[in-house]
Amino acid sequence: MARIIVVTSGKGGVGKTTTSAAISMGLAKKGHKTVVIDFDVGLRNLDLIMGCERRVVYDIINVINGEAALNQALIKDKNCNLLSILPASQTRNKDALTLEGVEKILEELAKEFKYIVCDSPAGIETGAHLAMYFADDAFVVTNPEVSSVRDSDRMLGLLASKSRRAERGEEPIKEYLLLSRYSPERVRSGEMLSLSDVQDILSLHLLGVIPESKSVLTSSNAGTPVILDEKSDAGQAYADIVARYLGENRPQRFIDDKNGFFRKLFGGK
Amino acid sequence: MSLLDYFRASKTSSASLAKERLQILVAYERSSDSQPAYLPELQKELLMVIQKYVNVNKDAMTINLEQTGNRETLELNIVLPDPHRV
Repeated sequence: MARIIVVTSGKGGVGKTTTSAAISMGLAKKGHKTVVIDFDVGLRNLDLIMGCERRVVYDIINVINGEAALNQALIKDKNCNLLSILPASQTRNKDALTLEGVEKILEELAKEFKYIVCDSPAGIETGAHLAMYFADDAFVVTNPEVSSVRDSDRMLGLLASKSRRAERGEEPIKEYLLLSRYSPERVRSGEMLSLSDVQDILSLHLLGVIPESKSVLTSSNAGTPVILDEKSDAGQAYADIVARYLGENRPQRFIDDKNGFFRKLFGGK
Repeated sequence: MSLLDYFRASKTSSASLAKERLQILVAYERSSDSQPAYLPELQKELLMVIQKYVNVNKDAMTINLEQTGNRETLELNIVLPDPHRV
């Protein structure tokens, strides 16, 4: 049985595509056949982050319109043969996506793949709605920042009311928090909302904290998901997240800041 | 408490301000999200009917829909003006 994961946030720029790329690669690296779908029609970027932008021939809209078969549009990842990418269309607008079209694609993909990762666009319009509508699990990517937390809360409301599971009265979508761009130093100095502040408001199951990291930019520059940079803190954070999602018990990291020497000196704990 | 904490405590932390603002806002938005869409319109029309008979202003009325189990309660609260002053 395939599992559909939506990576969502409401707000833009918090790390949805970075997360989609990283976790889909992580799941595939763990031996699960995975496909990642870009729902951001008109502003596709997943192809760039995955480094397959020059291999895009057909896209999701072509498949919906019957201009290409699904397996013609799927791109095999160059780093992992268990991972495929379904790109968004760059030329059409978001209304080209239809509920029936998306449902048909997901049904077909579910026969072949174990995990289907849906990279949602920002906002709450058609693309975002369809990305989350069929989901089983939701990865809510949030930055420790007021507008992001507010938008995440709004998305949680929509996940609970405007999804297929909600409309059918089935078991609700499982919601997980991924707190990204976290800076323990700034939390400690009182400049940034802490993990527990965010949890007091959203009260979600924490899948992991992704620290603010230079490697996210350098990985996107190169078109390789940051999870492949195994030495980087962000890469390790995503590896933990994938492992926890798959049921492994890994202690949370990247919540406290590193310079323990000075903190010990001044009595921090 | 360390020496650093002493200096830190002296200025109001902007994170705690952010949290406080968020908590108020999110609580308000959650409650208005759970209300049915017709409620504001219903409130407006009810007010118009009441105003035909009693001189009340807009702020004198609150409307609230509560759900407990299977039962929904529509609560309407109108503060009538003091009769001696009219």
